[in-house]
Amino acid sequence: MKESFLTITENTPLTKDVYRMKLSGDVSAVTAPGQFVNIKLEGLFLRRPISVCDCDGDSVTIIYKAVGKGTEQMTRMNPGETLNVLTGLGNGYDTAPSGDRPLLLGGGVGVPPLYLLAKKLLAEGKRPSVVLGFNTKNEVFCEQEFKNLGCEVTVTTVDGSYGVKGFVTDALPEDYTYFYTCGPEPMLKAVYRATNTSGQFSFEERMGCGFGACMGCSCKTITGFKRICKEGPVLRKEEILF
Amino acid sequence: MRNAECGMRNCIEQRTVVSLCGIQLDNPVIPASGTFGYGYEFAELYDINCLGTFSFKGTTREPRFGNPTPRIAECASGMINAVGLQNPGVNAVIAEELPKLKQCFHKPVMANVSGFSVEEYAATCAKLDKEPQVGWLEVNVSCPNVHGGGMSFGTDPKAAAEVVKAVKAVTTKPVLIKLTPNVTDIVAIAKACEEAGADGISLINTLLGMRIDLKTKRPVIANKMGGFSGPAVFPVALRMVYQVYEAVKIPIVGMGGVACAEDVIEMMLAGATAVEIGAANLTDPFVCRDIVEQLPAVMDKYHIDNLNDIIGGAH
Ligand SMILES: Cc1cc2nc3c(=O)[nH]c(=O)nc-3n(C[C@H](O)[C@H](O)[C@H](O)COP(=O)(O)OP(=O)(O)OC[C@H]3O[C@@H](n4cnc5c(N)ncnc54)[C@H](O)[C@@H]3O)c2cc1C
Ligand SMILES: Cc1cc2nc3c(=O)[nH]c(=O)nc-3n(C[C@H](O)[C@H](O)[C@H](O)COP(=O)(O)O)c2cc1C
Ligand code: FES
Repeated sequence: MKESFLTITENTPLTKDVYRMKLSGDVSAVTAPGQFVNIKLEGLFLRRPISVCDCDGDSVTIIYKAVGKGTEQMTRMNPGETLNVLTGLGNGYDTAPSGDRPLLLGGGVGVPPLYLLAKKLLAEGKRPSVVLGFNTKNEVFCEQEFKNLGCEVTVTTVDGSYGVKGFVTDALPEDYTYFYTCGPEPMLKAVYRATNTSGQFSFEERMGCGFGACMGCSCKTITGFKRICKEGPVLRKEEILF
Repeated sequence: MRNAECGMRNCIEQRTVVSLCGIQLDNPVIPASGTFGYGYEFAELYDINCLGTFSFKGTTREPRFGNPTPRIAECASGMINAVGLQNPGVNAVIAEELPKLKQCFHKPVMANVSGFSVEEYAATCAKLDKEPQVGWLEVNVSCPNVHGGGMSFGTDPKAAAEVVKAVKAVTTKPVLIKLTPNVTDIVAIAKACEEAGADGISLINTLLGMRIDLKTKRPVIANKMGGFSGPAVFPVALRMVYQVYEAVKIPIVGMGGVACAEDVIEMMLAGATAVEIGAANLTDPFVCRDIVEQLPAVMDKYHIDNLNDIIGGAH
């Protein structure tokens, strides 16, 4: 983990309330897809945890949805402003067990962390396929970005206004060797039941610190308690108690 | 007098040295229990030997998972936690955490102890008493007494005194009693603890609070209520330290909302011999290191030659 002052270089809306923010500076602590950053915001006591969507040598990209005070405040920030950010938090996804045809399942703002994961899997010579779930057509984002990487992408919408009607679990391909998922808890539970291989899940929890100090985010697993911020946010299917 | 120590290790600032129940602290800066784990998350970030000491996570006789999540809620200038004393139990702390800590921390540590009966407090303290790494026992009496109808030990002078006596009987280490602010008369409780033989008083623990989520119209915290702390509680904590200082002779460890070197000095002026920092560690992991570094300059700014000169200075 590192505390860095990162400069906003981009903060653009992708949909009505989902924004992409690019932050540049020392991001050397980011070591795996699925990790998160914890952002200090003016006037708010707790930091806001947001997944790393993309990372190169000197910048991270995050995609966030304005849902409350903090994320709404972020939408009003401009390029050139700086943020105090703790980087390199959490374990992240492990690509080692993925096999040749991993499946990536994202729902809503669970989609962003899968982007860096897809990049890493592709760099390892694997062929990920991606299913992205949203409520409705005008909430869809990132489809083209995954296509640009060369992934096979299926989009689902609950109301059927775009892509396959239904949930991500209604669009599972026949063949996959492993899966990775991130999204709201009902979706994670559905994925848990609908998949027939092993896989990894990314969880959310309210956090006091984000780096393992407060025990605010503990959850029970088959292998004992884990801190979502430290031993998580990514847990393996075999250890989850659903 | 102790300048000979300079050169032997990082030269310590003699002006910030204080003595807490007979044990010397290089400075009065102490991360508070529950916000610093057993030290090593922070040891990865900075050399925690710069601290006076730290108080480790509230430890109980048996392992505890704690409360369901969500355990955390945000407040204006503070937070609520309902962790529920998650800890691996005293045996694991002694077998696993203390040996790990020894690798990165070379000062006496403050052992924070919780319990749900007088016997449990005594049993846990008796075990920690045998650990040379432990300098002080900080006994948190904010927990509910399972034999007393669930009322917290710390809300009843008699129950608090009973805990003090039981713990003092099993240890030769200094015993600090950590008081809850959720009482009508903090002075009565502090006095009862002093009379029962406590070597010092730590205060304050968190204030009982809650938040309700407007979207779900339900309490944010699974446990509904939790402990409120952070900068918002500083004036309340300061007032209680000030009141208790007038009533007892034993040293006070002041805490509640401390977030900078100025706050440390203010707490000491109210009567604290040493000062703990809690919630601020969670949002600013380097805050205690920074306070230690900034303390001399802030002392200069307010013409303070030696911290010992200002303890209780506002009275
Ligand atoms: C590991 C992790 C990764 C995340 N990644 C993303 C992401 O990539 N994109 C994205 O849009 N969102 C993500 N979230 C959710 C994001 O943290 C919350 O939406 C955000 O904290 C809300 O803050 P707010 O001030 O706008 O909302 P408020 O409701 O005003 O926040 C009040 C408090 O509750 C906390 N909180 C509220 N909702 C959540 C939540 N869902 N999870 C955790 N804490 C919450 C806030 O952090 C704050 O402490 C992630 C959460 C976690 C734990
Ligand atoms: C997440 C969290 C966990 C805590 N756990 C304990 C504990 O185990 N034992 C204890 O005596 N106090 C515990 N406390 C209370 C703090 O040690 C401290 O007394 C209180 O938070 C006031 O200080 P602050 O305002 O600086 O946080 C905890 C506080 C927080 C925020
Ligand atoms: S949020 Fe503090 S331990 Fe996970």
